[in-house]
Amino acid sequence: MEPPTRLGLAAKVMTLVIISFVVLYPFAAVVMTSLSTQDEITRNGGLVLFPVEPTLEAYRVIFSGGTVTRALLVSVAVTVAGTLASLSVTVAMAFALARRELTGGRAILMVALFTMLFSPGIIPNYLLVKELGLLNSFGSLILPALVSAFNLVVLRSFFMGLPQELLESARMDGAGDLRILLRIVLPLSKAVVAVVSLFYAVAYWNAFFNALLYLESDKWPLPLILRLYVLQGQPLGADIAAAAGEVPPPAQALQMAVVVVALVPILLVYPFLQRYFTKGVLTGAVKG
Amino acid sequence: MVKQSGPPRAALRPPGASPPEAAAGAPERAAGRPARRRVPLRRRLRRDGVLLLLALPGLLYFLVFHYLPLFGYVIAFQDFQPFLGFAESAWVGLDNFAALFGDPRFWSALGNTLRITLVQLVLFFPAPIGLALLLHSILSDKIRRFVQSIVYLPHFIGWVIIVSIFQQVLGGAGVVPHLMDALGLPRYDVMTDPDAFPWLVALQVIWKDAGWGTIIFLAALLSIDQGLYEAAAIDGAGRWRRLWHITLPGITPVIILLLILNLGSILSVGFEQIVLQRDAVGPEAGEVLDTYVYFHGIRSGEWGTSAAVGLIKAVVGTALVLGANKVAHLFGQEGVYRGADK
Repeated sequence: MEPPTRLGLAAKVMTLVIISFVVLYPFAAVVMTSLSTQDEITRNGGLVLFPVEPTLEAYRVIFSGGTVTRALLVSVAVTVAGTLASLSVTVAMAFALARRELTGGRAILMVALFTMLFSPGIIPNYLLVKELGLLNSFGSLILPALVSAFNLVVLRSFFMGLPQELLESARMDGAGDLRILLRIVLPLSKAVVAVVSLFYAVAYWNAFFNALLYLESDKWPLPLILRLYVLQGQPLGADIAAAAGEVPPPAQALQMAVVVVALVPILLVYPFLQRYFTKGVLTGAVKG
Repeated sequence: MVKQSGPPRAALRPPGASPPEAAAGAPERAAGRPARRRVPLRRRLRRDGVLLLLALPGLLYFLVFHYLPLFGYVIAFQDFQPFLGFAESAWVGLDNFAALFGDPRFWSALGNTLRITLVQLVLFFPAPIGLALLLHSILSDKIRRFVQSIVYLPHFIGWVIIVSIFQQVLGGAGVVPHLMDALGLPRYDVMTDPDAFPWLVALQVIWKDAGWGTIIFLAALLSIDQGLYEAAAIDGAGRWRRLWHITLPGITPVIILLLILNLGSILSVGFEQIVLQRDAVGPEAGEVLDTYVYFHGIRSGEWGTSAAVGLIKAVVGTALVLGANKVAHLFGQEGVYRGADK
């Protein structure tokens, strides 16, 4: 293709700059507000570009209160346990289904793929979780979301694209299927396993729906605490500061500090994994 | 019609499976199929035993958590009482549906759902296509990757965080109202305006997923034969003509595929996103079918009628996907399934 005209280029660059700003600015606004004092927030009305006297007071208060700390622990535990469980089950199933001549493999694959087209709905799911005795247990956050058909397909098509001669020769040498999976397939699939882990981890970290349906408030993970304090405006930590005879940090700063706590893990992991998306790990799988 | 003797062709061919299959499948299949018939089932089961065991937990998951609950829809025809269970609850025929159709709040929820889906279709659906075209037209790999990594990010942020962020930027005490004050404009809080709700919802979905949605279109754009562009340029076709006659036809199958899948979810709008904001705008504007089911079923114990809503949603969604797929085939497009009708 010939190089674009100057005007066209300028328009494109402008558009991209604006889009990037619209995506990134809200994050900055949240972080800056969480570091601000009441003075600054009153003066600027949430539009704190950069706090003159940044303070971590809001973070100190939310972590001394107990609720946020406990919710954070719940979220971390569910995310770690859930991701490990989901990953093991999905990798095992994808590896099995990647073998073309597997007896019944076609049928099993269809059972899984068809679930992409429908979902059972809120009421039947609730009744099932209740019948299984999972109500108000952390299992209700993990088991109903154990395998995603999409992730299964991503892994399976990656496994199918591995050089089959390699697996064949290992089989000739007498390696069993399990050994092939652990010693040959997994070491070759680090990138795609990392991407799928991210998908699962993010889903567990953001788990809202299942927690709302199945858990009592004393077991709530971070997203529900966030809703309670930020969206439903429940006062947070003010009593603690007042009891200690201090002026509480501004409500907005406290709220945004909780948002930041929920955001940070995602923002930390994302840069290491995003290069795999742009490298096209997914394009092969997404392409119909 | 032609292929009656062969094994039933797979609906929903696993995406991405085609290249290796096409490359390795042909010779292997010619030699492999007669041999495979001769291997007795018991021997094949012993050969595949480990693999089948590996697939078992996943298979059980799908059966238990995706297929088993479907039987729960029987309560749409019952006066379901949790302490009585499925077996003991009284059968009431279509009473639940009758009660539902007589409830103005159901019709209002249906109307809101359709309004929100429609606005989303018009505003959100084209956004990733435009963004993908823009990204694709950038010749520098580095810049494109950089912008991609920025616009994919919001996809990974949960709805609670996104709604909180929007509240902070657009809400009453937020950035935008403050700016408007400073400019002397009248105060306006979009987060609590019932009339603006569908637009707000679409705006949030665009912020979250327009970037992520480009992946599938970028893949389709990459697969267009570059020779076509060169040939067209030599024939004197300008930029727009090439866009219209080469690029658009190249991504049409993906657009149609996504439109069909969208049709299937026409009665579903993101539960999480809506339930978080329903109270801010009030149920008249913020109630959708899924939140209706949640509040009436799980919160108030009207199990039968809410299960009826779920059943209607499932049936309408499936019928729309299958119907739209049929129409796509009539127009010579591939749609979601391949070969199923041919």
